[in-house]
Amino acid sequence: MSSRQAILDRIKENKPAAPAPWVKPPFQVPLPQDRLALFQHSIGAAGSVGVLVPDLVSVGIYLQERFMSPDRVVNTVAGVGFGRDVSTAILEKEALAQVEVAVVAGVLGVAENGAVWVTEEQVPVRVLPFLCEHLVLVVRQQDLVGTMQEAYANIKVDATGYGTFIAGPSRTADIEQSLVIGAHGPKRMHVFIIQSEL
Amino acid sequence: MKVGLFIPCYVDQFYPQVAVASLQLLEKLGVEVDYPLQQTCCGQPMANSGFASLATGCDALFARNFAGYDYIVSPSGSCVLHIKDHLQVPGQEAETTHIRNHIYELSEFLTDVLQVKELPARFPHKVGFHLGCHGQRGLQLAQMSELAAPAFSKPGYLLSLVQDLEVVPLSRPDECCGFGGSFCVTEEAVSAKMGQDRVADHQANGAEYIAGADVSCLMHLEGVLRRQKSPLQVIHLAQILNGQVDA
Amino acid sequence: MDKLTPKTIPVPDHPAAAAAFQADAERANWHDQALWFIREKRDVASKQTPDWELLRETASQIKEHVLAHLDELLIQFEEKARENGIQVHWAADGEEHNQIVLGILRQHGIRKLVKSKSMLTEECHLNDFLAAQGVEVVDTDLGERIVQLAQEPPSHIVLPSIHKRKEEVGELFHQHLGTEKGASDPAYLTEAARQHLREKFLSSDLAITGVNFAIAETGGLVVCTNEGNADLGVHLAKVHIACMGLEKIIPKAEDLGVFLRLLARSATGQPITTYSSHFHKPAPGQEMHLVLVDNGRSTHLGKKDFYKALKCIRCGACINTCPVYRRSGGHSYHHTISGPIGAILAPNLDRQKNADLPFASTLCGSCTHVCPVKIDIHNQLYLWRQVLAQDGQVPKAKAVSMQAMATVLANPKVYRLAGRSGRFMLRWLPGVAQNKRLNAWARQRDMPSPPKESFRDWYLKNRKTK
Repeated sequence: MSSRQAILDRIKENKPAAPAPWVKPPFQVPLPQDRLALFQHSIGAAGSVGVLVPDLVSVGIYLQERFMSPDRVVNTVAGVGFGRDVSTAILEKEALAQVEVAVVAGVLGVAENGAVWVTEEQVPVRVLPFLCEHLVLVVRQQDLVGTMQEAYANIKVDATGYGTFIAGPSRTADIEQSLVIGAHGPKRMHVFIIQSEL
Repeated sequence: MKVGLFIPCYVDQFYPQVAVASLQLLEKLGVEVDYPLQQTCCGQPMANSGFASLATGCDALFARNFAGYDYIVSPSGSCVLHIKDHLQVPGQEAETTHIRNHIYELSEFLTDVLQVKELPARFPHKVGFHLGCHGQRGLQLAQMSELAAPAFSKPGYLLSLVQDLEVVPLSRPDECCGFGGSFCVTEEAVSAKMGQDRVADHQANGAEYIAGADVSCLMHLEGVLRRQKSPLQVIHLAQILNGQVDA
Repeated sequence: MDKLTPKTIPVPDHPAAAAAFQADAERANWHDQALWFIREKRDVASKQTPDWELLRETASQIKEHVLAHLDELLIQFEEKARENGIQVHWAADGEEHNQIVLGILRQHGIRKLVKSKSMLTEECHLNDFLAAQGVEVVDTDLGERIVQLAQEPPSHIVLPSIHKRKEEVGELFHQHLGTEKGASDPAYLTEAARQHLREKFLSSDLAITGVNFAIAETGGLVVCTNEGNADLGVHLAKVHIACMGLEKIIPKAEDLGVFLRLLARSATGQPITTYSSHFHKPAPGQEMHLVLVDNGRSTHLGKKDFYKALKCIRCGACINTCPVYRRSGGHSYHHTISGPIGAILAPNLDRQKNADLPFASTLCGSCTHVCPVKIDIHNQLYLWRQVLAQDGQVPKAKAVSMQAMATVLANPKVYRLAGRSGRFMLRWLPGVAQNKRLNAWARQRDMPSPPKESFRDWYLKNRKTK
């Protein structure tokens, strides 16, 4: 008998009786008008810089002021207007490893923890948001939700092959619990919140 | 209302003053208290060591001693919790159920049953309060720091009725003292260290007394304090509330 | 440089190992305070989250449902995962798990790999197994890399190197990564590890990850990290192998809304891990495998008093709060998973070897009440003690003294006679009695002084007339 069948048989024999049905209770959620402030607080607490801008062009202007040369930036968001186009960026490992700044659109932002849902539809390769030194996420204010439960109610996790909640620059505290921002992934992160429609 | 006073074995042997204070306090509050003379122990020392199976004689004795009372009251949260959770005697389900449902740790008996609103006690000292884990988390005599839930404390309320008593805050309000029954000898290194740390928390916060609702914890902490020749003293809640302490 | 000898497994004697840990007082105090600090962060985060207790109850209920329907959920998951293009393997035990992984490696001719944190692969001793087969395994979580270089097992499921001081990490990195001698700044050392591991990520064709949650409804899996090492490893590799214990399954994606609110807050006090990555399909050109491992779980599931330990989501909250763990260190538990949860999981695998662990607790109950899925941990510790005593896995001296104590306490007359002999009470405790020099209580604590009379004597004198 295969391990599969043996395991399943043993589970069937040993599993406990089903507990009484449990109806998920309603959970408190932040008021819609409070989401923005809470989201901004959360991304700041996670070590990112939150910037509220009226439109995508403002993101480009901000990046230009900060990074000067568009060569330093791989941009995947149409309308930002600054940085190298994905089509011109080389997507080999070695070239990707040299990417300094990556601009990526988020599908949705979560106020309670500052996480932004990014799927493989938003990136040319899955590794981009992890390999860059500095990640720039762009999310619409209207796409903010209060809690993770609201988030899952608004996304379909298997709509694409891969999706991730990103809640800040990579971090570790594995040496004496001393927080270091910039473990293996990005060392810095900006989150732009777009007031108008993308 | 007839109350049976349960004085755990080590209190009877080593801390009779706690038992006396408990008895006097209850009498002062107008309770008719009886001390069954054939009592010994709740059986916890065996059970927590893995030998609950050996405690059947002890359990039967306990049921025999206490089944006839309206309430059973004891100045030791840990022993009360053990009875509440584990007392079983084959063939005496009604008696043991009655006992389990009517056994009270002293402070909860005062707040919940007697609903004490005032006490003629004065204790002009700085007191750190060590409730004891089984009273705290098991009997829920006070809110534990682990839960996101409103704060309350039954012994804390009673201490607030005592004149001139100042409760000092602790940096770890409900950390275990490290006694743990036979743990105190089988895991000597960790147990003693826990006791030392618990004492240090009280010392750092300026307590003159460590007050508690569980004599086993106090016995442990006192063992540490005496070894250190510390002026800090342990005292049971009942002694403070009874107002009979030589201060 | 990465050829490491097998990890040393400490001797199964928690009290001795704990005493050895306490011998270095400075380190022991630091360890206690560092973990207590995390516990406090967890408290703050939980109290700032509305409905925290309701979230715990909901998570608990979901997990109870999972365990009661585990076979059905696994079948549903497997079907969906296969539709998604994930190759699903089943392993009865650690040995089969390791063979499956090795088979995939051989199939691709791969001899080195990167691995993000997976307690399951630790449980299966995958690293040692692969090393013996000539495969280079690089743990990429910083804490795991540290203990790997030190040739030690992790001492904590979330904070693998919490037992190491920064000077020791500095020395390790000096030897293995060529950092400056004597340098111990965590930021400097982390940067050195980043550069060292970046090269490993870029040159590895295969990545192993653990699994935090597997979603039955969608056939996907979720991996949570702060460092981004799981994602970097997987996205840069041609082959991804995810290894999971059977119990990691959850019914629906929406359940993640509950679990991800609890997990990081319970673990470190963060509102969420930096990355919560959902893998449903391999990337174009990539291959994705999932190994489902039983290793005793399906048997554990049948133990009425103990099966609820399988609800564990590996947050480590019970470990951080445990006053005994904080003062004895993870290695004293001589099991992959340390602390209270380890102490109730370990005896399921080997009672005799782990008979000391359920006794490494005061039964203070803090673990149970920080647990985000409400496992009755301290109650299970109590129940394991009963099983172990019945099983004869308790030291003889203890069994003898317990029998004596039980006899005395069941007989009031004998009890009173014994009581008069003064310090009888404390003599019950094994290790106190016979020999003053060996008296475990009195080494660091004074014995209580016996009073003139017992309470019963006082009562007879003062209340007898009533």
